[in-house]
Amino acid sequence: MTMREAVCELVPDGASVALGLQMEQMIPFAAGHEIIRQKKRGLTLIGPISDILFDQMIAAGCVERVIAAWVGNVMMGSAYNFRRAVEQGNLKIVNLTNFAVALALQAAAMGVPFLPTRTALGSDVARENEFFAKIESPFNAESSESMTLHAVRALAPDVTIVHLQRADRDGNAHCWGNFGVMIEGFRAAKRVIVVAEEIVDAEVIASDPNRTVIPGFMVHAVVECRHGAHPSPVQGYYSRDNAFFRQYHENTKTLGDSEAWLQRWVYAVADRAGYMSQLGTCRVADLAVKHHAYAAPTEFGY
Amino acid sequence: MVVSAAREIRDREIVFVGMRLPLIAFVVAKKTHAPNAIGLFENGVIRSTPSAELIYTMADPANIKNATQCLDMLGVMSLLQSGRVHMGFLGAAEVDRFGNLNSTEVHGVKGMTRLPGSGGACDIASLAQRFVALLEHSKDRLPERVSYITSPGNGDGEGWRQRVSLPRGGPAAVITSKAVLHFGDDGEAYLASTHPGVSVEDVLRNTGWPLPVSEKVTTTSEPTAEELKAIREYDKDGFWTK
Repeated sequence: MTMREAVCELVPDGASVALGLQMEQMIPFAAGHEIIRQKKRGLTLIGPISDILFDQMIAAGCVERVIAAWVGNVMMGSAYNFRRAVEQGNLKIVNLTNFAVALALQAAAMGVPFLPTRTALGSDVARENEFFAKIESPFNAESSESMTLHAVRALAPDVTIVHLQRADRDGNAHCWGNFGVMIEGFRAAKRVIVVAEEIVDAEVIASDPNRTVIPGFMVHAVVECRHGAHPSPVQGYYSRDNAFFRQYHENTKTLGDSEAWLQRWVYAVADRAGYMSQLGTCRVADLAVKHHAYAAPTEFGY
Repeated sequence: MVVSAAREIRDREIVFVGMRLPLIAFVVAKKTHAPNAIGLFENGVIRSTPSAELIYTMADPANIKNATQCLDMLGVMSLLQSGRVHMGFLGAAEVDRFGNLNSTEVHGVKGMTRLPGSGGACDIASLAQRFVALLEHSKDRLPERVSYITSPGNGDGEGWRQRVSLPRGGPAAVITSKAVLHFGDDGEAYLASTHPGVSVEDVLRNTGWPLPVSEKVTTTSEPTAEELKAIREYDKDGFWTK
């Protein structure tokens, strides 16, 4: 499927969309930009942290609500469009913690209404927050000491978008590097879009089942998109474009500047190939892997 | 500031390393006095060696390569929640007299300023055996009470963490650009040392409440040649340590 078709079919207006689940690695920027180009509205964005993609989607007017632990530009600090939207009351925000995001997704993935945790007790994050409720452990009634816990409410995204290294045509997908909350994030979702740097033969995926993070039967669309996570890194494919994050910080301080940024990098390009040609071959070459580091081969024979 | 922060890590400890400045403090500790410390990162990475190159985020490819383990957030957060993490390392926008951290929103005379939010900070402050916070020293950033408790310190004083059912922990130190604050049994911060060239008066003038001063207040010892070398070799362009 093309990115355009996948977004058109699986991300309706008003959907809750989980993305950026591997933290600062493999953020599905190409998918996010296609959502912006298709002018989706009223979305709820879900993620632990967001490294500028949420900020871009907020600037473009796609977002009604954010459920996240952190929204900003990890290397530089604040993200201006998020900040502006919250300060002006134009964006609903549900504050969570990273662990709470993981637990909310894991609860939905497991098909239970909540999971208990000992985090965030006494913090203002949990105060007047529909995702937290205080409960007592049912298993220490006999002991004199009660144990108060937070129940974290299950959260099932309408669609989870995952960017990773390679998948076969059925969506069986390999990923290596850090996973963040990607595993529980796709298991919790009603629909899953896998965006891969490469589509490979099914035999490649089957040769290393320990590296298969998503089984194809859970996947509704598979999109091949080279460089689809730029400026975030994809382990073994390209590095993080730190200069791009710095430039974004400098060039999006006002609403006008942000609109100009979106015009240049999103609206004026048809797709990721157009975006990459605007980035330029020198910069693309500069981000490519310089020193290969292959894992030891793994014997699955018997 | 980074050197003082690094010194809070003891050798062989399991350390939960937060985003931004804590990333480099962990590397400095590993390369100097705490070569056997283990770093846990909330993206799912566990490292027993420092990354070979400067990292800007914990998911930079250099922090993945040659990691001890690279899996998921629930795994490392489970280690944290079950009490296996000795120390958590955090940045914050505001820290108050009881070591509560705010990184969500600041309410000032000009209205509300929205900050990025907790990330994993609330989890680390709630669940580590102790935590250390890191921030620039100014009156604005060290108010008597934070306007929003993102990450719980000692709440309103002695016994608060127990009352709200936090399992353990609390602030051990606040490292600022001017000083090191420690915490007494009453849960309140006091001035333990001032950095070289900074007077006690300077610290008190730039703190948002009458900060108690330890009778044994000292001057933070100068960075050693080894510590400076570790920083300069790693952060060559001074991105984190200008």
